[in-house]
Amino acid sequence: MSTNKEDPLLELRGVSLSFGGLRVIDDLDVAVGKHEIVSLIGPNGAGKTTVFNLITGIYKPAAGDILFEGQSLVGLPAHRIADRGVARTFQTLRLFLNMTVKENVLAAQYGRTNATLLEQMLQLPRARREEKQMQERAAEQLAFFGERLMGYRWNQPAYSLSYANRRRLEIARAMATGARLLLLDEPAAGMNPVETQEITELIGKLRDDGGYTILLIEHDMHVIEGISDRVVALDHGVKIAEGSFEEVATDPRVVEAYLGTAEATTK
Amino acid sequence: MNRIPQIFLLIAFATGVALIPVLTSNEYILRVSADTMLYVLLATGLNVAVGWAGLLDLGYVAFYGFAAYLYAELASPHYGIHWPLWATLSIVMGSTLLLGYLFALPSRRLRGDYLAIVTLFFGQIFVTFTTQGYRWDWLGLGSIHDVTGGPTGLTQVDPWRIFGHELTQVRDYLWAALAGFVVISIALTFANRSRTGRAWRALRDDPLAAEVMSMPVNWMMLLAVAVGAGVAGYAGAINGAYYQGVFPTSFAFPTLITVYAMVILGGAGSLPGVVVGAVLVNVTLEVLRNPDHSRWVFYVLLLAGLAAKIRPWRALAAVLGGVVAFGLVVHAIVGAVWPRGTAGPISSGIFGFTTHGWLAVALRHWLVLPKNTYEVANYQIGNVAFITLIALLLTLTVVKGVWRFVLLVPTIWTAAFVWETRLIEESPTTRPLLLGVILIVLMTVRPQGLLGTPRVEIT
Repeated sequence: MSTNKEDPLLELRGVSLSFGGLRVIDDLDVAVGKHEIVSLIGPNGAGKTTVFNLITGIYKPAAGDILFEGQSLVGLPAHRIADRGVARTFQTLRLFLNMTVKENVLAAQYGRTNATLLEQMLQLPRARREEKQMQERAAEQLAFFGERLMGYRWNQPAYSLSYANRRRLEIARAMATGARLLLLDEPAAGMNPVETQEITELIGKLRDDGGYTILLIEHDMHVIEGISDRVVALDHGVKIAEGSFEEVATDPRVVEAYLGTAEATTK
Repeated sequence: MNRIPQIFLLIAFATGVALIPVLTSNEYILRVSADTMLYVLLATGLNVAVGWAGLLDLGYVAFYGFAAYLYAELASPHYGIHWPLWATLSIVMGSTLLLGYLFALPSRRLRGDYLAIVTLFFGQIFVTFTTQGYRWDWLGLGSIHDVTGGPTGLTQVDPWRIFGHELTQVRDYLWAALAGFVVISIALTFANRSRTGRAWRALRDDPLAAEVMSMPVNWMMLLAVAVGAGVAGYAGAINGAYYQGVFPTSFAFPTLITVYAMVILGGAGSLPGVVVGAVLVNVTLEVLRNPDHSRWVFYVLLLAGLAAKIRPWRALAAVLGGVVAFGLVVHAIVGAVWPRGTAGPISSGIFGFTTHGWLAVALRHWLVLPKNTYEVANYQIGNVAFITLIALLLTLTVVKGVWRFVLLVPTIWTAAFVWETRLIEESPTTRPLLLGVILIVLMTVRPQGLLGTPRVEIT
């Protein structure tokens, strides 16, 4: 994987962000190589989701640069960043609840299509051709999840899905944007052990079969251990460790961030 | 209803409306039909912003007014311009679309209540502008121009002229509105089923997620408002020609509320729904013009409200029995003490008095209707009763237990008394009042509207 790190798909260079006087992200450097699975860990409030919000353009960094395929994403509106090939899921699940499963996946293909409103109203060739492509791609993307999102579920509203299926649909929707980099925010949160195992395999499959590069936030160490090529640990917006799962998990600073210092516990 | 392909619904609706002038030559029915078709167009346009994109646009009726005024300026002796219809119509619809875009531009980042406040402000500006625009002093140079005709509006507006044929009949405008509706609804349905429609719905559900999922939400919002405005533009161009004049009051707040009521009642987001809503609301408003009809609506609503609210049914029976008995006793006492007090007739508003019908007979024996109630000098009776009714209603909200039921009896009787002695004469007040009650009832029973789909906000 070291060759990939030399020529990263995504690179954060000295990124900083403050809310008022509070430094949320401090001089952060992270690089994600092509076809890599990198996990972002850290205690609650460490700034993991904030990193996602910075990459996807919801927040603008106060300093530093974010490069995707060598080009800066800073200052672009969020939908343009999606067009470039970066898509995410949300920790709190933000599906289009009143749209059907299939529509969720269709809607996310907006940035990949070009037919104007007039062409759609008159059903001109380009609009019809693109619509057909969108439908095919949606079927393809949903098929990635096996039986879980297939058949009768396509035309059900997203709110009728189970929690685990909503997480799957969020991933399908992110894939539908045509992204090459997927940012998955706690994809296994709230899942039972069987579902967690399944989603872990799925993330591996996304990389191996789908060709995606994945940056992952996760609290479940089994998931991280199973699939991460590299792990980056954050605490208070500062990178405190980086390396393989074993290296990071045994790093004294990571242990301290999660459990506190020996002195602090004995006091 | 949602199972039937929309094209069949459209064909059925269009055929039905197109045949109205063939089946009847009754001017009143034709006028109501044409008015209703204008409202159908307006509701269809509003549905784009409100139903599909979920934007609370309270300035919508200004687009309608702008288009009507623009048509009147371009096709009347006011400026002496009389261009061919295709030119005028293109300018009117194009300008209205553009106005929608410009109007949404400063508010494109606003959502929900904030958007509502700003758009309401724009809507009010339009009314002020048209009312005051007859003494426009460009750049304060002292030369005063009459742009909008002021409170009396612009008159002598040209009728539409198609292939040398002047549209002077009501039925012509009914057909013109219908033809426009058919084209617009097909185009909008295609748009709604394409990428733009899905992006609108995504924006309605979660603007942030939509933006992150590659949809430019600010642009989607501008587009929704502009497209809705374009539809209102067509309705406005008909309005000017059909009424042969434009007046500021036609585009004020009450019109906005009416169109919103149509969209909400029919089911925001459903095109067949808002059409049904527009037809139902406008026909209901027409029916309520006749006090004999609104009387029925009033008592049925009163009974339905009681039946829905009072449990168990024994309590309901007791209250209803109490109301009947209370009325008969009061009638007997007043009749014995002051015979003139029960000698009044049952009003039928501008139509005079009702003497026939069992309801009228029953009311005369149950209520106390003093002679000459309906003369202006005797209006105080109704006014005093009205204040009493409010006092009773307020008391009802604080008393508890069995006293509530006891107090309910005179309250209902007083409500009927106020209705018969005062409100029935005031159809401009009672029409929106009753429509409001119907809306509240319907929204309680079916919050998504008649043909709407129930929406989930958070789960």
